[in-house]
Parts: sequence; structure tokens; C-alpha cells
Amino acid sequence: MPESKPVLMQGNEACAVGAIHAGVRFYAGYPITPSTEVAEQMAVRLPDVGGVFIQMEDEIAGMAAVIGASIGGMRAITATSGPGFSLKQENFGYAIMAEIPCVVVNVQRMGPSTGVPTAPAQGDMMQARWGTHGDHPVIAFSPASVYETYYLTIAAVNLSQKLRQPVLIMLDEVIGHMREKVTIPETGKLMVEKSSSNVPSDWKPYDEKGLTPLVPFGFGHYYHVTGLFHDQYGFPTGDPPQVERALDRIHNKLKKYRDEIMFTNYIGHKEPRVAIVAYGCTVRSARAVVKKAYWQNRLPVGLLSLQTVWPFPDKEIEALAEQVDVIIVPEMNMGQIVGEVERYARGKAEVVPLNRYDGEMINPDQISEEVGRWLS
Amino acid sequence: MAVIEQLTQDFLRTKKLPHIWCPGCGNGIVTAALVRAIERADFDQKDVVIVSGIGCSSRAAGYLNFNTLHTTHGRALAFATGLKMARPELKLFVIMGDGDCSAIGGNHFIHSARRNIDLNAVIVNNHIYGMTGGQHSPLTPAGKKATTAPRGTLEREFDLLKLARGAGATFGARGIAAQPRQLEQLITRGAKHKGFSVIEALSPCPIAYGRRNKLGGAVEMLRDMKDSSISVEKASSMEAAELEDKTITGVLFSEEAPEFSEEYHKSITKENA
Repeated sequence: MPESKPVLMQGNEACAVGAIHAGVRFYAGYPITPSTEVAEQMAVRLPDVGGVFIQMEDEIAGMAAVIGASIGGMRAITATSGPGFSLKQENFGYAIMAEIPCVVVNVQRMGPSTGVPTAPAQGDMMQARWGTHGDHPVIAFSPASVYETYYLTIAAVNLSQKLRQPVLIMLDEVIGHMREKVTIPETGKLMVEKSSSNVPSDWKPYDEKGLTPLVPFGFGHYYHVTGLFHDQYGFPTGDPPQVERALDRIHNKLKKYRDEIMFTNYIGHKEPRVAIVAYGCTVRSARAVVKKAYWQNRLPVGLLSLQTVWPFPDKEIEALAEQVDVIIVPEMNMGQIVGEVERYARGKAEVVPLNRYDGEMINPDQISEEVGRWLS
Repeated sequence: MAVIEQLTQDFLRTKKLPHIWCPGCGNGIVTAALVRAIERADFDQKDVVIVSGIGCSSRAAGYLNFNTLHTTHGRALAFATGLKMARPELKLFVIMGDGDCSAIGGNHFIHSARRNIDLNAVIVNNHIYGMTGGQHSPLTPAGKKATTAPRGTLEREFDLLKLARGAGATFGARGIAAQPRQLEQLITRGAKHKGFSVIEALSPCPIAYGRRNKLGGAVEMLRDMKDSSISVEKASSMEAAELEDKTITGVLFSEEAPEFSEEYHKSITKENA
């Protein structure tokens, strides 16, 4: 890879490259449209850096192998789409519970079920939040460009490692398959420290006092990893106070490190009356609207794009709702994130869904029309 | 005895005992045989990893003093595959029950065999789902009763070792809880074998299986297990008719073939060169 030189790259490819630049050395997965290029890129690139690529027998095994590799100390990632995302949910929940770092990419396609495999959609946003059973914390990023895919993949890998929490990258077919100019920095500069077996002698895998780094298997720290509720050494417990503490533990780390998890971006008028809240490929159409309405015509319009969708940017929405009359939420589904926006707008602003679910993108004209209605 | 005490100290998490298993259960016998086999194989304790699925026997992982990974139902081999590929130097033992391995985990089982990845699968076969109270598994013999087969199951059972061999496993052995020394030797041989090793350990479940099928208590079940078993060496000179209803124990097959994790890492080194 030539250093800091712009290249034309596909979203799925940027995801693979970003992962490798973030130190990922393990990929296990199963072919599925429209995410297959992530696997194909990894199959080509990982052997060159001494990494492991393995095509598993099914989606479930792909998720399981990634967790196994991560426990062995290798940064690991898997990618899938709709039906495969459903199959991965149980083991994804295991990784949350056992606090094993890993990154799962879902290149969203039109569902439910087999749906339209080659058409884009944003229909898995609530599944990302609640797809696996039980009360669990989730981190999910939603890139709006090839460039963002590269950087958010790096952020996801590093954050996952730091918080010992799986991170989802909710791509969509548009971003996954589109080609765009990206400037890739010199390789290696973005990597963070490798995990180490060098820990204090009183190291506990699930220390009550807070986050501890994961010591990979095979270094003489004999601990237990389980999906059962466990004590600070990893051993199963059904003791109510310990169960409650363990659940608080996995939720609290996301609250504590909120600033490092939350990525949003506002563009447009300083005192907007109409705001658009968007994520993923829909951001692109919304940006075109703001360009025209604000940059050309100085109308009081703005766009808050969410790179982080889960945990939900509650404070950011609250602050926005204080400012504006209306928040328009365009989504390529029947209305998922709009419910969250409404919840945190707390009645301070009107919240208007704008949905499209025919397998086509929401175009700028659709959003413009809605914005115009509220400005007149 | 001194050796046993030392093993108990080193390889068992004695603070986690007593175990959760029912009186008369064979899981303890199989676990003890595994511990002795690890000692016999002369592996470094820090290189040994115990992976297990979900079910009664899979709880053994929590009592063993190694790096232990208690995974999800049926998926132990898939977790183990990832770990072995990331860290080929580790020695992995994968404990599964009959339902865990051959029903929900059947796909991972045949594909691990096909890859011939160096994992040691120890399947504790008690012919029943014990943890959930006695439902039939793919290894419940046809005609036997279970809560979900109150009139006796109509389904035919797998022969796990034939399945493993057909799928490409390179080592297959069967032992019984009634002969723990032999079981220990079989696990040791499997551990030393490079490639996918399958060790099926027949184990009594008097509570969820024996009682419903009027097989008596633990003592009777172990005695019957011993009486109906025959070594593979003896069996080789017997007629098929004589072997009906017999359990053949010992090493049923052992052959050499390229091992997956080693081949993979060799191949990428070549590419880098």
C-alpha cells in the first residue's frame, strides 16, 4: 500500500484494510451477499501479514472461531449480512457476557428473511441493539462513506480491545459496494499496543474494581470463561448480588467511556429550525440537502449524522431538540431509529419519520421536500 | 496414591468442588481419566486449554485448573478451531456431551474431522440430555425411552466413530466409565495423535436415562456396560452376529494425515518468503 496516497476503494475493502491496519490478524466467516468482499479481501491480505483466514462451515462457527482466536490474543473480525447476522446473535451475546473483544460487520441488505439480497436497507438497526437475548450493552457504528468505513473500523477494533466489548459495524449495501477516493495513512501508525501477559500478580479477568486487560490463554493465568453469570475470576454464580453486579459491570463500562464511544457530526446552520438526523448511506442524501439549503441559500437547516448509533446519542439529540422546531429522520426501513430520536427529543421538537423500504436509496429530493414543508 | 493427590492439587480447582453432578453419574470418572491423561501426555500445564459446550459433562471445564473455556451449546469445536488456528502451540481438549456434539454441534463435528485440525474431542456419551432432564439425543439407542420419547425413540442412533471416520477424523477410540484405566490410556493416545482425535467415553446416567429405561442404578449400569463391552482386538476375530449389542472399545482407527493448523501456518510462511 503506497503511503498517504489517495486510492479508489470499495467500502468492504476499506473495512478489511482498516481492520488489518488496526492489528486484526484473524478472520473467520461464511460467504454472504453483500458482505463477501470483506472475506475475500481478508483471504488475500491476511496471509501476507502472518494472519489467519478461515472460511467456516457456517455463520455461527464464524462468530465462535473469532471469539476463540481473540481469547488466544489475536485481534479478530468477522463480516456478514442479514440472515448471517441473525445466526451470529447467540455467540455475539456470549462475547458481550464473557467480555471478549471482537468486531462484527453487518453489511445490511433488504429483509426480512432472504429479502432482496442485493438491495440496500437499514432494517437491522434494532436487531443490532436487541438481537441477542437478555439485557446487554451494544456498541454499533454506522459509516456513511468509504473513508468513514476505514476509520470507524480502526476505532471499532481499538475500542473493542480497550473495553473488552464486541463492536458492530453496521454498513449497508450502498457503502459496502460503492467505490470512493480514500487517503490511507502510512501503515502501522494507527495500531495500538498489543495485548500482553504482563499483568500484576493479583490480576483478575473480571475485576470488581473495573476494567482489566484480557490476558490471552496460554500464559499461565488459569481462569475460566463462560457465558454464565460469573464472579471476578470467571466462575459461575447464581448469587443475586453477584449477578446484579456482573450485569452492572458490562453496562457501566460503556457509560464510563461514553466520550470515546460517541461519534456524531453536525453540519449546517448555527441556529437551525429544521434538523435532519441520519446515519449510514442516508447521510449522503441529507448532506446534499444541507449543501443546497444552507450553503447555497442560507436557510436554517442542519444535519446531525450519527456515526455511533448504539449506545444511542441521547444527549446530542436532547441538545438538538432544544434548538429546532422539527427533526426529520430519514431511514431505509419502516422507522427504527426515529423512535429513539423521539424518546430523547422529549417533546421539545416535532419528530418526523421519512421512510423508504423498496430497496432504493432515499434521494435528496425526498428529504428536500420534507424540509421545505417545515420551512414555509 | 501420592501421584493422584498431586494431580488433584495441580489440575483440579478443589475450591470449586463438590461438583454439580448427580450421584452415580459417570462424568467424574471421565474427568478424572482426562486429568490423568493430561499428566501422562506430559504437556505443560500452561499450554493446556479445556474447551467445553453446554450440558452436564461440559461443566467439567469449571473444575479443571487450566485455561478453561465454557462456550455455547454445540459450538465448542468452532471456538476451539479459532483458538487453535490463532495459537497452534496450545493443546486443546474439547469436552462435549452426546447431544451437544452430535445434534446441535454436528456440523462443527464433521467439519473439524474434515479439516483434521489438532483438537482432542472427548465426547461423554450418556445417551441422553441430562441437564434438561432426559430428552433423547442422536446417540440414544433406538427403542429407548426419554421424556420426549415416552414410547421409546423411533430414531436410529449415530455410530459416532463411524461418523467421525467418514468425515475425515484420523484418530477414533471408545472407552467406558467402567474401565477408567483404559479410558485414560485412550485419551492419552488421542492427545499425542496429531490431527482430529475423537474419544467417545460411555458414561452412566442413572437418573435421567437408567431409571426411565429400567437399567438399574449406577452399579448395575456400570456392570452392564462392562459386560457388554469387548476390546477391538478380541472383536477382530469374532463373527458379526456375536458382536451384535456389543460395545467395541479401544482404538478403532488411527492414521496419519496433514494437520490443518500446521499446514496453514506453513503455507503462509511460504507465501511470505
